[in-house]
Amino acid sequence: MKTARVAYAGAIHTAFEHDLGSAKGLRLADGRVVAEDQVVWLPPFEVGSVIALGLNYADHLKELSKELTVTSKDEPLVFLKTPGAVIGHRGQTRRPRGVAFMHYECELAVVIGRTARHVARADAMAHVAGYTVCNDYAIRDYLENWYRPNLRVKNRDGGTVLGPWFVPAEDVADPHALGLRTLVNGQVTQQGTTAHMVNDIPALIEYLSAFMTLQAGDVILTGTPEGVVNVNEGDEVVTEIDGIGRLVNTIVGDDLFGR
Amino acid sequence: MNLSPLPLSAPRVRVDVPPWRLSGVVVSALLNHRLQLAALGDAALRAPYKALPNAPVLAVQPRNALAADGDEVPAGTDGLDVGATLGIVIGRVACRVPAAEALAHVAGYLVANDLSAPIPGDTPHYRPGARFKVRDRSCPLGSVVVPAGAVADPDALAVRVWIDGALAQATDTGERVRGVAQLIADVSEFMTLNPGDVLLLGVSHGGPRALAGQTVSVEIDGVGRLTNRLVQEADHEGSAA
Repeated sequence: MKTARVAYAGAIHTAFEHDLGSAKGLRLADGRVVAEDQVVWLPPFEVGSVIALGLNYADHLKELSKELTVTSKDEPLVFLKTPGAVIGHRGQTRRPRGVAFMHYECELAVVIGRTARHVARADAMAHVAGYTVCNDYAIRDYLENWYRPNLRVKNRDGGTVLGPWFVPAEDVADPHALGLRTLVNGQVTQQGTTAHMVNDIPALIEYLSAFMTLQAGDVILTGTPEGVVNVNEGDEVVTEIDGIGRLVNTIVGDDLFGR
Repeated sequence: MNLSPLPLSAPRVRVDVPPWRLSGVVVSALLNHRLQLAALGDAALRAPYKALPNAPVLAVQPRNALAADGDEVPAGTDGLDVGATLGIVIGRVACRVPAAEALAHVAGYLVANDLSAPIPGDTPHYRPGARFKVRDRSCPLGSVVVPAGAVADPDALAVRVWIDGALAQATDTGERVRGVAQLIADVSEFMTLNPGDVLLLGVSHGGPRALAGQTVSVEIDGVGRLTNRLVQEADHEGSAA
């Protein structure tokens, strides 16, 4: 059963889907039933290490090929994020005044369920607890060629959106056959399928666990397909993955932050 | 399924000042010693770098990389480059803090050793190099946080590295592209730093290499000493669970 983590009435709760008839609702673990817009949605699990993949879709690689010196034959491009970057469903992400190119990235997030060290490909999927949707924003204006993608591009407060649901692995028949798409103000701007990952989930777990111990709660953001476009203040950005969830985020400006 | 994160090894650090414990968030400044960039020379201006860094160059230390004083650190056959660095422990939430006010947000300081495996190739600073930089237990943190008030000038502390008891590097915390205050200011411009977070000021140019079997001590005057033995990492060939 898929679960959410929400704040409601002064506490944090695990919550479940609940049909209110005319609207979508939530049933909290303590039995209360609430509308989905009455709660604050948090990332749907307690987030450990956040491990992100760059350039893990063949089509996205092609899209960026003019500015890249990398090919899909290279080692996976892995970078890390801090928990401060992470926010939940229906959150707000700041677009700094004056930047020219801020874009979303719709990604399948793979949540680790048990300790993985030197795990072979054939055993990798047994270490997956489940999945959620990630929208991992980047601000390309800040891209520099030192340990890229540098943190100012990719590890900003509120720049990594996770949710709404944690979907257990047993509820996902084939995580490598899921349609993904992004809609900006209702218009589809990005479409792809997880079938096109350069390094699939077992390959990533095998690769990562060869040099770092993965622990329950660690999450692997598996990269994004082609179709990243600029977003502006006021835009509603929906990243969705079939069978996993529909993650909503709003772009806001500096004014809200007193900048 | 229980998805709570496992406990970190970092809380073995003793913190006698608020916030009383570390958060587990550790971020390193890279290439923050002027001599490191100077040593790159014109290569820093050529592809793929094309220009000197503008913003602070940073790397995240995930929880698997954290270790405590006395922990054994697994090393491959090439050994590990020792990364003696001052650790800045945040005491008050820091978001867009001006440099002039930054030190008031520091709880204290600790000794850290940001060990990394040698990155092969001509452009080791271009890609994150996670395989070399976030190895298990490759970032030991000293066991004591010295209150900020006890450190007169964090940008002028003598730093020494000892390998098997022999002095292997004598340097200091000065000559940074960004000193402690400026680093906090520039990082907090886009990443809020919370109490218990640790910013590593960054290693000095020319850190020594240590091999499995050797014992590495990092000493920072007035802050403390951190000792870890490197051990040969287990050969996991065919032992995947």
